[in-house]
Amino acid sequence: MSSATAVSYSPSIALVGSPNSGKTSLFNALTGSRQKVGNYTGVTVERKEGILHSPSGRSVKILDLPGTYSLDANTLDEAVTRDVLLCRNLHEKSPDLILAVADATNLERHLSLVLELKSLGLPCILVLNMMDLAKRRGFKMDLEILSRELGMPVYPVVAVRKEGCRDLLGEIEKFFFSGSPPRLDVQPQASDEILNPTRESLQARFKEVDRILRLAHLSRLDPALWTDRIDRIVLHPVWGSLLLVLVLSLLFQGIFNFASYPMDWIEGGVGAIANYLQQWIPAGFVRDFIVQGVVAGVGSVVVFLPQIMLLFFFILILEDSGYMARAAFLMDRQMSRVGLHGRAFIPLLSSFACAIPGIMATRTIENRRDRMITILISPLMACSARIPVYTLLISAFIPNRPIWGPFRLQGLVMLGLYALGLFVALAIAWILKKLMFKGPRPPFLLELPTYKWPSLRNILIGMWERARIFLRRAGTVILFASVAIWFLSSFPKAPADFPKDESPITYSVAGRIGKFIEPAIKPIGFDWRIGVGLVTGVVAREVIVGTLATVYSVENKGEEIRQHDLAKILQNNWSLATGLSLLVFFVFAMQCLSTLAVVRRETNSWAWPGFMLAYMTGLAYGASFITYHLALRWS
Amino acid sequence: MTKKDFLPDRPFHLSELKPGQAAYISRIEAPNDTTLRLLEMGLIEDAYVEVMHEAPFGRDPIAVRVRGCLLGLRRQEAAYILVRKAADS
Repeated sequence: MSSATAVSYSPSIALVGSPNSGKTSLFNALTGSRQKVGNYTGVTVERKEGILHSPSGRSVKILDLPGTYSLDANTLDEAVTRDVLLCRNLHEKSPDLILAVADATNLERHLSLVLELKSLGLPCILVLNMMDLAKRRGFKMDLEILSRELGMPVYPVVAVRKEGCRDLLGEIEKFFFSGSPPRLDVQPQASDEILNPTRESLQARFKEVDRILRLAHLSRLDPALWTDRIDRIVLHPVWGSLLLVLVLSLLFQGIFNFASYPMDWIEGGVGAIANYLQQWIPAGFVRDFIVQGVVAGVGSVVVFLPQIMLLFFFILILEDSGYMARAAFLMDRQMSRVGLHGRAFIPLLSSFACAIPGIMATRTIENRRDRMITILISPLMACSARIPVYTLLISAFIPNRPIWGPFRLQGLVMLGLYALGLFVALAIAWILKKLMFKGPRPPFLLELPTYKWPSLRNILIGMWERARIFLRRAGTVILFASVAIWFLSSFPKAPADFPKDESPITYSVAGRIGKFIEPAIKPIGFDWRIGVGLVTGVVAREVIVGTLATVYSVENKGEEIRQHDLAKILQNNWSLATGLSLLVFFVFAMQCLSTLAVVRRETNSWAWPGFMLAYMTGLAYGASFITYHLALRWS
Repeated sequence: MTKKDFLPDRPFHLSELKPGQAAYISRIEAPNDTTLRLLEMGLIEDAYVEVMHEAPFGRDPIAVRVRGCLLGLRRQEAAYILVRKAADS
């Protein structure tokens, strides 16, 4: 290959490895790309692409393929990997080079996949990752023999610290740009054989792994002492369950309590901006538009950024450390009782942050029935978009009485709302299993990775990613909705002879829409203002906070409304029954266009998102009806 | 008397082992798909497998160490795996 032709085609590398081989860390190390790194099986759900720069500055496209145990695709994740490697996507050529990533502490298992990759007949480089952990456990091996027996170059690295990556990049450079790519002495196996492995072929592959490891004098690794010690507590029947409950309750208490300081700062900042603008922009349409529409609307949503980042901070630590897989293990029995897989625990827990990544994470569930049920109940998990609504309504209607120790009534009610969503979701899963998806229970196999210190860098990158996604939503969808709502609730302007005792907003378009649907929502205790919020909240749940702020801000003749003030206003205007009814409504209602769009994409049908919208709306209305009437009777 | 002394001499199922007990895999007798999944995870014939943990509810699933890797599986799957007593090790 001459350098002239090398420039004209775009060289590509595929990064392949078993789950927990540290593949994504290597991807980050090689490309400097920002993305989530996890320690949980199958966290890399979607194919990721990056550009790698060789030492001489030339660029190569690199694909981060989802982790796979073999090319006999059992999950959607694995199917993605297989299809790219076997060149089954028509629009895509097969990669020029495979970087096979293996955990050096786990070669007995990971080399099996490497052998399978080798049989594809594509050039391959083996990257032995986590060499630091391996060496600490007494790893010794003749890498030259390993390389000779596998028929491919072998590079030891520590991806999280970028150790060894320079040599690896040098080899990649040599492969693509030196004109003499390494020769491979392999016969491509018929892809039929790869796709349809037999008991005998799998057995033989592991025997071959053992033969190679023996030849290369792989030392016996010391047991992962700390993992065993930690697991003796974490997986203990009593202590393990208590720890899980403790971890989850600390998580929610933490989010509710720690986040309040930065939230106050953001509120103060937004208030200052509004005041500043109030002084410097001449009174009139433009000022009202900016202060009441833009600043009030977006400000009241951005204030929840600290809570969202805290939640992801906890989730990422659990994922990165290896605890997440243990949680799935502990929960499997309970999950399987309602027809779910232990693995569904991770998508469902992620759905507490946002149903969208949660639904995307269901790709790691191999059984279609389990996957569909998990998708259908994911939006019932209390996602971060509900936090603004919950926080507002709780601070307005629930007194912050201390209950016991650090636990206060507001925090407990919050926990209760999370629990309500969760338990109803499990009940729905059980019903779906009985009615719609019948059949035998699929197998449960879950790798429990060695514990690792979570990497601060990975966690910060993950939190920043979430923050960016949230802010982008706040900056686009929510800004648009806030401005639209401000327009709808300001125009047409009430005529001069409009009765003084009635709010001018009733004359606006928003007021008319709210009034129009009021008869339908009156039985659950909602007035037309909430009606306006429900209509706009279809875009995204948190929008209702901005809408209520805008609606009341407009009603209060231009006073910029802060979170605390809004809670006060709601307290004075709504009955307790209405407040509780709305809280319950938000536990169940499907008010998120993005979720519906993702469900459409993941199920490849409009029927499922349609079903989801229907059952959740029915559930929300019914539950609110009951709540409202019980609260009326008892208060 | 160690725990191993309680193990029978006849082939038995992985699901019958208690935490701390170990055995060699003799054969997997499962539906084909499940067999392949188990094999892929390293649960191959003659592999040394040790039961490490049990989950709290109904002591199911169990966690086993096989080929240097800790693996969670349900008792239902473990019951497909026929094992034989490991000599003292």
